[in-house]
Amino acid sequence: MKNVVELKNSPCVLSSAACVGKTEGEGPLKDYFDVCYPDDGINQTSWENAESQLLHDAIDTAVNKASLENNNPDIIFAGDLLNQCTSSTYAVRSFNVPFAGLFGACSTMAFSIAMASVFVDGGYVKSAAAATSSHFCSAEKQFRYPLEYGGQRAPSAQRTVTGAASFIIGEKKRNSVFIPRVLFGKVVDFGITDTSNMGAAMAPAAGESIAQFLKETNTKPEDYDLILTGDLGAVGSRLLIDYLKERKNTDISSVHDDCGLLIYDMDTQDVHSGGSGCGCSGVVTASYIMKKMQEKEYKKVLLVGTGALMSPLISLQGESIPAIAHIVEFNR
Amino acid sequence: MSKPKPDKEYSEKVKKVTPNSPIIKDCILAFLVGGAVCTFGELLFKLYSSVPMDEKSAKTLVSISLIVITAILTGIGVYDRIAKHAGAGVAVPISGFANSVCAPAIEYAVEGHVLGTAEKMFTLAGAVIVYGCSLASFYGMIYYFFLGGKI
Repeated sequence: MKNVVELKNSPCVLSSAACVGKTEGEGPLKDYFDVCYPDDGINQTSWENAESQLLHDAIDTAVNKASLENNNPDIIFAGDLLNQCTSSTYAVRSFNVPFAGLFGACSTMAFSIAMASVFVDGGYVKSAAAATSSHFCSAEKQFRYPLEYGGQRAPSAQRTVTGAASFIIGEKKRNSVFIPRVLFGKVVDFGITDTSNMGAAMAPAAGESIAQFLKETNTKPEDYDLILTGDLGAVGSRLLIDYLKERKNTDISSVHDDCGLLIYDMDTQDVHSGGSGCGCSGVVTASYIMKKMQEKEYKKVLLVGTGALMSPLISLQGESIPAIAHIVEFNR
Repeated sequence: MSKPKPDKEYSEKVKKVTPNSPIIKDCILAFLVGGAVCTFGELLFKLYSSVPMDEKSAKTLVSISLIVITAILTGIGVYDRIAKHAGAGVAVPISGFANSVCAPAIEYAVEGHVLGTAEKMFTLAGAVIVYGCSLASFYGMIYYFFLGGKI
């Protein structure tokens, strides 16, 4: 059986929105985002609430842009990095819309878009929201050290993006970006245990998903304008390109880019190996990539959402980091 | 639960591609900043000793001063910026310990004064306290029993 899901009714991107924090709002993509908050507190009392507010704003902005028939999507697919997916739950609390919480770590943007597209394509709903968020401070608190702790980070470490993104997926519509195919990834674990080198843990998962997608759809990397990975960063991107070259005889280097490298200025913003987190692929795709597709600069884009499915607890117990990569194809 | 076999070829590749920390630069900065912190401590000691104060009290006061200064720097968000460059230079002196107590105390204040600040305060410093005290007791015993130390 094939893993690529062919969506025969071409579900469409009705709208997308991206809201970001301070550092991202100072980065090279600042003009593409819908909202750039001047500080990461987002007028809330805790980092967790701040992340929820960001996600709420992203969904709200996307819903308003889509001008749906009954003002709300029929279902919301959302997830984030925090325990029990709290950011998502609290963000959708005020919407009064059926909610399906997802956990795909940093792959959640591609994962939720894939779920929303399948639901719309199957005719189960007319429109669905796909959303995700991450916040530098809440992620540091849960996965690493308290913010004010003075430590040094490894050059391979990445900065969690403070940002939330939302897509509204709806039925086929002329002149818009549509989703012809998606692929749900498999869990891949190559035995990487270094939690400050997530790119290395995720690169094989991305490689496996990309190779399978190209094989099943009988396409080549050159058939796409862009193969965009979620948050492999500088280290992971290099590992992915070499992985595909050496093990799958596929060269994606001419069409590959990574959201973690696009979102920050790698030379001046002191982000080590680049950006990471659910919000990373989310805000880059929802703003920059969608804009370029609407302008027809890109016509075929593969979003490869990469996620390191790690838990700090299990990592301390000596387990390696399993990873996953979901793929969404956008066409114009 | 079965564990996957680590892919040796890939692990080698990761090692090759992953950049190392700039260890020489880190060492030089740690040496300079660590030295500066200790010199500052020595200056404080001279200052306190000149007040007329006995040596033991002056030394205790030096430690307290460094802890208070670190706590303030941590609270106003400056310490982590210094530590990012200085590394072990500020982590090894008592400032590192003070920071590792203050940082979680601030971070978890939002979860309440009892279950947040007070309970989480030692999440980082706990390891230093446990092993520091254990080793101190162990060496203390060696000193007392074999090296003629007196209480």
